Parts: sequence; C-alpha cells; structure tokens
Amino acid sequence: MTHRFESVQSVRDGLKAVNYLADEGIAGVAFLADRLGKPVLVEGPAGTGKTQLAKSIAEMTGAKLIRLQCYEGLDESKALYEWNYKKQLLRIQADRGSDSWDDIHDDIFGSEFLLTRPLLEAITSKEPVVLLIDEVDRVEVETEALLLEILSEYQVSIPELGTIEATQIPLVFLTSNNTRELSEALKRRCLFLHVDYPQMDREKEIVLTKVPGVTEMLADQIARIVRSIRQLDLKKSPSVSETLDWARTLVLLGVDSIDAEQAKETLHVLLKYQSDIAKAAKELSDD
Amino acid sequence: MLELLAGFITELRNAGLPVSLTENLDAMHAISHIPLEDREAFKYALGATLVKNNAHWRSFETVFEVYFSLRGPEYSISDGEGSIEDFLQQMQDQQMQGEGNGGAGGMDSLTPEELMNILMNALMNGDQAMMRALARQAVQRFAGMEPGRPVGGTYYLYRTLRNLDLDGMLDKLMEASKQQVGGELTNLEERLEKDEYNHRIEQFKQEVEAEIRRRLVADRGAEAMAKTLRKPLPEDVEFMHASRDEMQNLKKSLQPLTRKLAARLARKRRHGRKGPLDFRNTVRHSLAYGGVPAEPKFKYPRPAKPELIVIADISGSVAAFARFTLMLVYAISGQFSKVRSFVFIDGIDEVTEYFKKTEDISEAIHRINTEADVIWVDGHSDYGHAFEVFWDKYGKEINPKSTVLLLGDARNNYHASQAWVIKEIRQKARHVYWLNPEPRSYWNTGDSIVGEYGTHTDGVYECRNLRQLEAFVEKLA
Repeated sequence: MTHRFESVQSVRDGLKAVNYLADEGIAGVAFLADRLGKPVLVEGPAGTGKTQLAKSIAEMTGAKLIRLQCYEGLDESKALYEWNYKKQLLRIQADRGSDSWDDIHDDIFGSEFLLTRPLLEAITSKEPVVLLIDEVDRVEVETEALLLEILSEYQVSIPELGTIEATQIPLVFLTSNNTRELSEALKRRCLFLHVDYPQMDREKEIVLTKVPGVTEMLADQIARIVRSIRQLDLKKSPSVSETLDWARTLVLLGVDSIDAEQAKETLHVLLKYQSDIAKAAKELSDD
Repeated sequence: MLELLAGFITELRNAGLPVSLTENLDAMHAISHIPLEDREAFKYALGATLVKNNAHWRSFETVFEVYFSLRGPEYSISDGEGSIEDFLQQMQDQQMQGEGNGGAGGMDSLTPEELMNILMNALMNGDQAMMRALARQAVQRFAGMEPGRPVGGTYYLYRTLRNLDLDGMLDKLMEASKQQVGGELTNLEERLEKDEYNHRIEQFKQEVEAEIRRRLVADRGAEAMAKTLRKPLPEDVEFMHASRDEMQNLKKSLQPLTRKLAARLARKRRHGRKGPLDFRNTVRHSLAYGGVPAEPKFKYPRPAKPELIVIADISGSVAAFARFTLMLVYAISGQFSKVRSFVFIDGIDEVTEYFKKTEDISEAIHRINTEADVIWVDGHSDYGHAFEVFWDKYGKEINPKSTVLLLGDARNNYHASQAWVIKEIRQKARHVYWLNPEPRSYWNTGDSIVGEYGTHTDGVYECRNLRQLEAFVEKLA
C-alpha cells in the first residue's frame, strides 16, 4: 500500500500550501492517520478549524471530500444506505405475472436498488476520498454504533447483499464539539487530536495568510489583543474564525493600528454575548 | 525501548488514565512510523494514541516529561565540562550584544545582579534558548539541590523563584519598555505589553520547573519521580483539599461539564417513555407504505421540570464545595422550572436575586461571599439555628413540586440540631437530599451529625469530587 504523505514535515508544508497553518501536533496526527490507516477524532472549541482541517487535507491530496453532517435522529438510512422502495415497487409491478417470486426476490435486492449514503459512498468510491463525519457528538449513543464497523474494518454489512469492503482506505476525520462524552468503543478506534486556540505567533500567521491586505503590525496587534481577551473569564472566548472576521472588519475600515476606542467599537464582531462585550470593553479601556 | 514504553504505560494507568490494550498496541505501531529523534513528533504520536480525553493531557505530559526527559541531546544535563564551555561561550556572546560587559570570566563568577540583567534582556527579547540556559543556571545556583535529599520538587522551585524575584522583574520590564517607546504607553498598549511579559515569565517558570524535574529524575529514577508527581485528574480532585491551582483547573473543567450535562438531561427528557398513539403523525407516515399504518408514531410526554431549593453551608471548611455546587446548579438551571438558593453559616439569607440580576455566575458567587447576611452570632456553623429560621421564613413556600438540596458537612459545633425542621420539610417537599463533601468514613465523628439529619432525608450522598457531583445532579433532574 502506498502512503499519501512522506513525512510530518511534508504534511505541514502541504497544508501550508493550501492556506492551512498546522502546528506540530496537527500535522503529526494527520501523518499517523495515513500511516496507521486509522480515523482521527478531532475535538476542541468551536471555530478552531476542525472541519477546515479535513477540507484542507482533501484539497491538499486532491481527494474527494465526502461529508456526513451528524444531527440528532440520524439513522442508518441517512448515513449508510437505503433501499429504493419506489424503484423496487415499480420493478415488481412492471412485469407482474411473468417472473416467479424467487427471481423478483433476488432481483429487487441487488445493488441497482441500493441508494448509497455518505458512509457507503466513501468506501465504494474508486477515487481517493477524505471522509468527514462532522459533529459526531450530536448523534445518540446508540447511533454511534453504526460508525464502528466502518471505522475499524472499513466495511459495511448489508444483510441482503453481504459485506461490502472498501476499495481503498479513506482518510476519516470525525469532529466533535464535546457536548457529550463519546463512547469508549468509538474513541478506542480513533487517533485523538485536540485542537485548541492557537498560540499567539501562529494566530498572527493565520491572520496574515487568510486576510488579504492586512499589515504585519496590525496582525500582530490583533493576535495580542485576542490573546488578552481569551485570558478573561468569558462565556465564549473568541475563536479563530471570529479573529479572522475581526481582522477583515478592521481592514475594511482602513485601520492600520488599533487604539482602545476602535477596539471597543468593533468588539461585537469578536464576542457574541452582551455581558462578554461589556467585560472585555472594560478590561481594554482601564488599568 | 519496549520496556521503557511498558513502564510508561503502567505509569499512565497508575495516574488514572484508562489505557486499553489496543491503544497500547496502536502506540507501538505509531512510533514505528516516527523518527525517534524527533521528540515532539514522538510525544504527539504517543498522545494521539493513548490519551483520548483532553482533560487528561496534563497528566500525560507530566508522565512523559518524567520518562523521556533525559533522552534527546538538548535535554541532557550539563555535567561534562564540554557543555559548560559551550554554555559560557553562549552567555558571553549574549553579553557582548547586550551590554558589553563581556569581562566576566564565566557563569559562576557572575554576580546575581548580572544574572538578573541577562535574564531581563532575555525576557525582553523573548529569546527562548537564552531563557532555557538561564533556567538551568538559576536552578544550579539557587535551588541548592543535593542528591538523595527527600524533599519534593516544589520546594526547589520555590527556592529558585524566590531568589529570582519575578514579580519585581515584571515591573522592571514594564519600565524598560516604556523607556524604549520614549513616552507614555496608552492603556491598551500597556496591557498588551504586560500580557506578553507575563506570558514569557510563565514560560521561564516552566523551564525552571522542567529543569528541576530533569535533575530529580536523574537523581531518583523515573519511577520514583512519577510517583511523587502523580496528581489526581481534575474530576477526582477533592473539593475540600483543592489547592488554588487545582481550583482553577476545576473551574475550567466545570464549563464543558455543564454543557455536557445540560445536553444529556435535555435528551433524557425528550427520549423518555413513549406516550399514547399520535394518530395524525401515524397516518401521515402510513402514506409511504400505501396507506398501511406500518410505522406507528407516539406522542412523547413532557414531564414537569422539578423545582429546586438549594440550602448551602458557606462556612470556611465547605465554602469551595458550596460554591461549586451552586455554579453547577445555575449553569444548568434551564433544566429546572425554578431554582431558589439560600446560604447560611449561623444565620441564613436568600441569594436567588444575585443570580437573577447577572448572567455571570462567578460574579454572583462573589456577591454571595461579600454581601450575603449569613452571620448571626459568631460566624461558626450553626445548622440548627439556620434551619429554624429557614422554616419560619420560607417554610410555607415549599410545595410538593420542590426538591430540597442541603449542602454541608453537618459539623454543627455542638449546637442543637433542630432536626425536626428537616422532617417537616420532607413531609411537604417531593424529595430532600443531603450532599456531604466529607469522605464517608468521617461522617458522624466529632461534631458531625449528618446521621441525625440524614434519617429525615431521602438520601445522604458523598460528594467529594466533580465526578460524584455530576453523577448526583444527573440523577436529580
């Protein structure tokens, strides 16, 4: 089996080429995921680039991205496969009387009548695939079991058809916002990656690459202010995506260097709760 | 290598991390793909395969440092002459650039003042390598470490940091940067500078700590060291004996916990028992089966949310516990139809208003500590009097929907217990529970009379750590 990545450094460089600045940990885990053929469970606060990581890896390797958005009530028929009832019904009615029951029975449970859903699609695909299972913590514990077979064996068992095995091993990323504890069985099968708010230097780099027209000095100031704000005891700390929004706002307003007044006026881009904004504004203006 | 890893994993398990056999095998696989000399990559390879919960990362890091700190070239302890020489060379170069007093013959002959100056420069410029070298020198000079001396690492850390006076350093750094700009800084700039320096000083402290740890490991061996460094995981820290650091960590882990708890409770409520048949919905779904009602749909009952009354002892010994429980309860107050809270020491006061007025729970807790009128005579816990007053003032507001939660260690300082109040409350309320932050073996010893109160409640629960508290709250809602 050939590997997608040469070394940890090559992952890092590759991701950088598609504008995703990975740190040592992120690149290392992505590299291992490829080598060990294991899924990666990415956890961390909202807006730190968990979903973006999967997208960037897909872009970098030129693979197709298949996304399964999880939600409460997700079931087999939406995640794995479903029989196309209408087509089956048509088939039965189309030549009523001509075939014997056995023929029909064998026929209507063939792959022609199977609707593939994201998970099945990912493993039957001929071309390379990155499978993204987004916000896996939103499904119920029982539904989680659906994922286990595909995650560890890369196969799907359909009672009527038998087992469908993967033609190639896809890179799988699961993201979780940690609203509930995932089951041990799921965690055991995955590599674990915690993506946290970036260090100041990395955040500055991110702002520089992602926001066109931002000056080095402004990016530096932005990163510093955001770090200060994250140290406060807030309901919701500003995420990377909010930092980027803020940077864009400042660039649009034509600001080259932030002073306390401007910071206060644009804080609502960065923070989403009134009490947080009040607190941050107070902290930034006095002392 | 294999042996070392086995020891490492055993130590992780001892520290309380659930490492399964498959994870162990994965780790072995993983490191075979990683160049071993790349320390960071090695660490992440182990981390990704062995640690599946972010709260455990700190424990993992500590054990990792202990086991692998002596391996890798830049981490070796500078005993040999050669490395000392390099080190001095480096120092002198730095001095030449910095202040030009390169006359000093070597590190050991530097006066403490000079050392401080170099440190200040390093912090000023954020020079990582220099900071590491200085951390080493500082430990060597100030910690006074002797092989085989049976004291903990914190003692050495304290000694080193006391000599360095890092708080004073911060002020000096601020002064210096003001001069650099050549004028007054605006408030915002000042704050940012301060954060930056704080960050660097924090980094330096960590370097010092790591250096001490390395030396201790060299002295005592990894296993003994890991044992002394072993700390409980955040969810196992006892409320009553938590240090300030641990308290901070607990606070941090409280937020994700409440989010999880709220999500779980909401789910539990929705997916309760099935109710009566929902005729409309069933007919609509029958269309997919040609009018045959193959998929019956049911109405889900919406059980009433309980009303909660929290009565908490906030005297010194159990204050941390009361604070925590109140935070937790208010963070998931959406799961209760109404929450009222009372705090007492020997007098009792209602504090529900504090929580209503502000969105910020910690601010409300702060107001409780400063403003609530809870002292009646001498400020020593008097459960009996507090309960009596509660019964007189608020007793009639307890109704069959309310659940009463009593928090405290029931150490009554030998006052009258007035346990009849609890009995009366129980007759009016739906449930009465008592949460005790003390270990079960301490109950009913000394002036603790939890047993006497306990007989009148629906249950007394031991709540020493976050894990137990979480389990109880989930049962409650």
